[in-house]
Amino acid sequence: MGMSAFVFAGSSQFIAVGLIAAGASIGTILLTTFIVNLRHALYATTLAPHMNHLPQKWLLPLGFWLTDETFVVAVQRYDQPDRSPFKHWFTLGSAVFMYTNWQLCTFIGLVAGSAISNPESWGLDYAMIVTFIGMLVPMVKSRPILLAVLVAGVTSLATHSLPNQAGLFIATIMGVVAGVIAERSSTP
Amino acid sequence: MNELLLLLGMFLVTFGVRYPVLAIVSRIQLPEIINQGLKYIPPAVLMAIITPAVLNPEGKGVVLSLSNAPLFAGLIATLVAWRTKNVFLTIVIGMAAFWLWRWLLFS
Repeated sequence: MGMSAFVFAGSSQFIAVGLIAAGASIGTILLTTFIVNLRHALYATTLAPHMNHLPQKWLLPLGFWLTDETFVVAVQRYDQPDRSPFKHWFTLGSAVFMYTNWQLCTFIGLVAGSAISNPESWGLDYAMIVTFIGMLVPMVKSRPILLAVLVAGVTSLATHSLPNQAGLFIATIMGVVAGVIAERSSTP
Repeated sequence: MNELLLLLGMFLVTFGVRYPVLAIVSRIQLPEIINQGLKYIPPAVLMAIITPAVLNPEGKGVVLSLSNAPLFAGLIATLVAWRTKNVFLTIVIGMAAFWLWRWLLFS
């Protein structure tokens, strides 16, 4: 519960719990956490240009609460054509809701975890994948984006066996590079 | 193991890759090529998360067959998302397809 409140990074938490159970050292756990979280640096870079008018007191909480889910929701909001100056409120709302929900569900998990014999068998983790599919498909609006997506997909399969989700980071970079190259070669 | 030390360390590491980047990049003007690349990050990240989860759900190799429930449901979800552009509908129909297909396979 303490970990959910202060660390707030789902994949790192799962991996850390696994490493603690395996008796790994603090140094190993911290290094692993760092690698798993590298992708957030990419997220932050993407969102930053939208937030250059915000004061420090906004960036601190948004930085701490930045997650996969909040990032995806925020990007969609920023991509909409209206010029609302309050889009960071939307991002904060998503972040706070994610955080509250995360704490609540960690608590429910602590209480219910012992009562359910086989939690994985419900397939609830697949709901995240379906959600991401629903978000990804409308994003594919041009050939360079399609190419970026295909390259990222193939690379993610090829690098899936790498430890610590390093493959996710590599696949994303490869996809981005492919997209930029395609865009540059189509518009001289 | 010192649990407090571990918690503090994990907090610093997770926060350390998020906030400083957000704070620094939002203050400077990025070169054109970086700005061009940024818009490819969201779709590339999503695809990199989705693909292994759907094609290699057990982590033991790619399964290109209809006995792979995540793949079947993923195709249905893609079709729904493409036709409707409605995320909520995609979740509902995608999960329904997933559970139904698994139930049909294992009963």
